[in-house]
Amino acid sequence: MSHASHLPNDAAHGSVKSYVTGFILSVILTLIPFAVVMTGDLGHAAIIAIIVVTAIAQILVQLVYFLHMNTSSDGSWNLLSFVFTVLIIAIVVVGSLWIMYNLNVNMML
Amino acid sequence: MSVETMTHSSVHEAHQDHEHHDAGGSKVFGFWIYLMSDCILFACLFATYAVLTTGTAGGPTGKEIFELPYVLVETFCLLISSVTYGFAVLAMNQGNQAGVQRWLGITFLFGLAFIGMEINEFAHLIHEGYGPQRSGFLSGFFTLVGTHGLHVTAGLVWMLVLMVQIARKGLTARMNTRIMCLSLFWHFLDVVWICVFSIVYLLGVL
Repeated sequence: MSHASHLPNDAAHGSVKSYVTGFILSVILTLIPFAVVMTGDLGHAAIIAIIVVTAIAQILVQLVYFLHMNTSSDGSWNLLSFVFTVLIIAIVVVGSLWIMYNLNVNMML
Repeated sequence: MSVETMTHSSVHEAHQDHEHHDAGGSKVFGFWIYLMSDCILFACLFATYAVLTTGTAGGPTGKEIFELPYVLVETFCLLISSVTYGFAVLAMNQGNQAGVQRWLGITFLFGLAFIGMEINEFAHLIHEGYGPQRSGFLSGFFTLVGTHGLHVTAGLVWMLVLMVQIARKGLTARMNTRIMCLSLFWHFLDVVWICVFSIVYLLGVL
């Protein structure tokens, strides 16, 4: 029995199938927003919605198929720390945009 | 919470036949925590870029300087390198040292192509007079995309060192832990790039 099969956090698991599945889904989720923006047929709001949705979908695909994140007990600390990080990111990004938007409005820029 | 962690790890250890398994697990988990802190670094840079994006100071806007077909090729270089790294990990699981080296080599070449294209893009912009000092928007752009590029460069150096170490020492337990840490790092950089091409380039040309 090789040592590698005991590697932690499920990170060493995965198979050719999971990597190829992740790759194909990522290719599709990359081509859709590029095609929509480059042809520019749709309205602004629709294009922005497609970019955001495909980006979030592709991040989830890569987290599951490439980084092998899951809800098993082995990976629960990884998942918990990730969820906490997402919370901090939301506070930093949304907070910055909110504060600067209000600043600009009040400074009448 | 710390008590819980202690209990969890001691129970975990009791289940392990060899101690070094658990040490490798702690290292990979520790590296994951580092990546989470790196996420926050990138979040700060994204927030800065988003705030500065309208501050063009009479200089060019994203629409005028971004070339989407070029970015699409860059994106595919990084995406393919992510999958080829996955194949290196699969080869490692089978104890196939030659396979690991071959896939790491291919991953390295795609990563190098990505970083070469990015340096070319930066050099082109700076040559046109659109360097980071031109406007707030360009400062944010160069800082955000440049920081990602520096991470990729660091990953490439790490990959070279790892390949030399594997050639000398073989696929030991310690090497496997290092391969797994670089795996997390490399896939993580691809995830960050999804945010870069979506927010900076695609939303930038609208």
